[in-house]
Amino acid sequence: MSTKEVELTHDEQTPEERQAQSNRVLGFWIFLGGECAFFAALFGTYISLASNTLGGPSPSTLFDLPLTGVMTLLLLTSSLTMVYAFMQMERGNFASMKLWIWVTALLGLFFLEFQAYEFTNYWNSGLHFSTSAFGSAFYTLVGFHGLHVAFGVFWLLSLLTFSLKDGITPANTSKVWIAGLYWHFVDVVWVVIFTVVYLIGKVSIH
Amino acid sequence: MAAIAEPLGRARSRTYPQSGLLSYLTTVDHKKIGHVYIAASLFFFGVGGTEAFLMRLQLIRPGNTFISAATFNQLFTMHGTTMIFLAVMPFFIGFINSVVPLQIGARDVAFPRMNALSLWLFILGGLFLNSSWFLGGAPNAGWFNYAPISATAYNPGPGIDFYDLGLQLAGLGTLMTGVNFIATIVNMRAPGMSFMRMPLFTWTTLVTSVLILFAFPPLTVNLFLLMFDRLLGANFFNVTHGGNVLLWQNLFWIFGHPEVYILVLPAFGIFSEVFPTFSGKSLFGYDTMVWSIVAIGFLSFMVWTHHMFAVGMGPWVNSVFAITSMLIAVPTGVKIFNWIFTMWGGRVRFTTAQLFAVGFIPIFVIGGMTGVMLAAAPADLQFNNSYFVVAHMHYVMIGGSLFGILAGLHYWWPKITGKLMNETLGRWHFWLVFIGMNVVFMPMHFLGLLGMPRRVFTYSASLGPAVPILNQISTFGVVILIAGFLFLLWNIIWSFRRGEVAGPDPWDARTLEWSIPSPVPEYNFAAIPLVRGRDAWWVEKTEGNGELVAAKIPGAHNERGIHMPSPSWLPFVMALGLFVAAYGAIFGALPVIIVGLGTAVFCIYGFIVDNDKGYHVMPHGAVGEVGDK
Repeated sequence: MSTKEVELTHDEQTPEERQAQSNRVLGFWIFLGGECAFFAALFGTYISLASNTLGGPSPSTLFDLPLTGVMTLLLLTSSLTMVYAFMQMERGNFASMKLWIWVTALLGLFFLEFQAYEFTNYWNSGLHFSTSAFGSAFYTLVGFHGLHVAFGVFWLLSLLTFSLKDGITPANTSKVWIAGLYWHFVDVVWVVIFTVVYLIGKVSIH
Repeated sequence: MAAIAEPLGRARSRTYPQSGLLSYLTTVDHKKIGHVYIAASLFFFGVGGTEAFLMRLQLIRPGNTFISAATFNQLFTMHGTTMIFLAVMPFFIGFINSVVPLQIGARDVAFPRMNALSLWLFILGGLFLNSSWFLGGAPNAGWFNYAPISATAYNPGPGIDFYDLGLQLAGLGTLMTGVNFIATIVNMRAPGMSFMRMPLFTWTTLVTSVLILFAFPPLTVNLFLLMFDRLLGANFFNVTHGGNVLLWQNLFWIFGHPEVYILVLPAFGIFSEVFPTFSGKSLFGYDTMVWSIVAIGFLSFMVWTHHMFAVGMGPWVNSVFAITSMLIAVPTGVKIFNWIFTMWGGRVRFTTAQLFAVGFIPIFVIGGMTGVMLAAAPADLQFNNSYFVVAHMHYVMIGGSLFGILAGLHYWWPKITGKLMNETLGRWHFWLVFIGMNVVFMPMHFLGLLGMPRRVFTYSASLGPAVPILNQISTFGVVILIAGFLFLLWNIIWSFRRGEVAGPDPWDARTLEWSIPSPVPEYNFAAIPLVRGRDAWWVEKTEGNGELVAAKIPGAHNERGIHMPSPSWLPFVMALGLFVAAYGAIFGALPVIIVGLGTAVFCIYGFIVDNDKGYHVMPHGAVGEVGDK
């Protein structure tokens, strides 16, 4: 489908359809506002409890920066591939768009695998959910982020398998758009986690 | 037959109940959803009121043994939780659903199915919470559920878990309502309906929705933390393992104070509709009204530690938050004067709705004054945890929220049901409630100053001879209140049985919802209106020809009829799945949790992949109604 054809379909849309797509995008931005408040509360909790390690493992002894560095790389790359998917969507290349969404979901899966490995490692080093307030706060904050990534992967895969059958239509464009928005948001949260939890934890919380 | 339905696409093969009780389970119509909200809130209001009555009976004399200390703790916890989360807030959401899309000239909300999901999460969350009475005891740590009283060590029963998961369900629903109505108001206003032409109830809905959006996530997080502490052995509030109990208090009140304004801003909106309508004048100082709502909404996030003055945060923190708390009195005072000036010089009609609006002013001012007293941190240390606080909060909540609800109920009842209520019964209702609430709560100011602590199941005769007498007066007042509400019930039944047909505009009102038939047809507006001024309907009545002007919308296929979203089972089933999973979590049954969550995930999947094309209806009396298609 060429760009011209996409525009043609756009003109054929009824006002209700245009309204529904614009609602979807706006509503999703609003929802992300609530997500910001959600993670802000989790970050506040973590920052206030991170130094209460009770003689158990502490952030500076525990964290493995090369590992989380690789995870950061994976997730940031997945944002890039999502942008590639958008670019292909704008050019009307349905197959390439789907390919880049597959790559994005796959990178997300890799990230989750690394996270599972990381959590197992920490668990075996003696940091359990109930070891200390630090343990509870760490697994809760980073775990909720991981759940968001997992939901993102589930979302992208559902789009790929069932939802996008009719190709690049205006309705599908807004669906891919909000899924991408979500994906970038989850990435940004990870950048804050990497800074606040891992980098600052490594140098300042003993 | 009023409408002809033509299903499109896949909707053709599905069958849904079109009317009757069952149709409510699948409905995505904001008006029907509003009805269920209002009916369910009335039910929960009765539950919360009964709990209050039992507490007043226990307190009728010193050393009473009618109710045990343990039951009393459950009663005051459930009374507060029920009234706030299951009665007042959803009542307003019911009005918002019934009215806001009509006020902005829209045919629907932005996300009809999500709206239904909000509704069922609220109802099932409420039922879940109340089922705790029969399944091991209701929550008993107060509506704000302070840690560590709510920790497993001090509260091993399932009550706190019911509180936690019940509010999680209901709160999720409320959050989605917030998202839905911000999107609806920002994106779906009819042509010409600029922000500064919006009716005040729509404005307060917008600000309330923003408060919901930013206030509920901290509550969600807090409830998760408590759940992890109780069910999975985490240490967020466990001081011996490095936890911090003040974390709960801070996160709770970061939610809890905006919540207070979520409970009162919609009432301000209702009064701002009722005063102009029954004074025959436009609202005095529209711009300042709008900006004071926005200011109140902003300040509501800046005052949360005034609930924690006695915690020991030091004079600096207390001073700063005392000042921000007192600041809220400024925009609120502006509003009070604007309402009075709206009536000034107008031809005031004292209908039941107007009576509640007028009655609200003195009651709310009294509650506001005691609020400023409590905001003074040094004085608060004296009032703290006494009946003075109970008196203050009920003057605000009854004078503000409940009077707002009752004004709104009498004002919009004809629009919602198509029938008028009886004004004589309405006046009895108003005067009994007005007198009754003062008899119940005025003595509580003095009880607090005399040293009677709140949340204690009994009191000692040694507090002095006045204390039992004041308590008896207060309990007697409950009887007056109950009589008042019996008149409301009578009036509701009377209206259904014998109420006059209201017609579209029984009050000679000013906003768009009064321009269309009562009850409102499912498509709301036969043609999307063009809004030509503030008080859009009044403008058409006084400066136009008394009919709405249709807006020209490019590309609208009018000959196909009006597009409607299909009903859906997904919202109800998804809420049911989460409801079941919550019971699984209470009783530690992993398979039940998996089945419940699995159902919910399946429904989310359904939402993602479903391509509902909806169907078309022909508005009544439209050109080419029958046979054309």
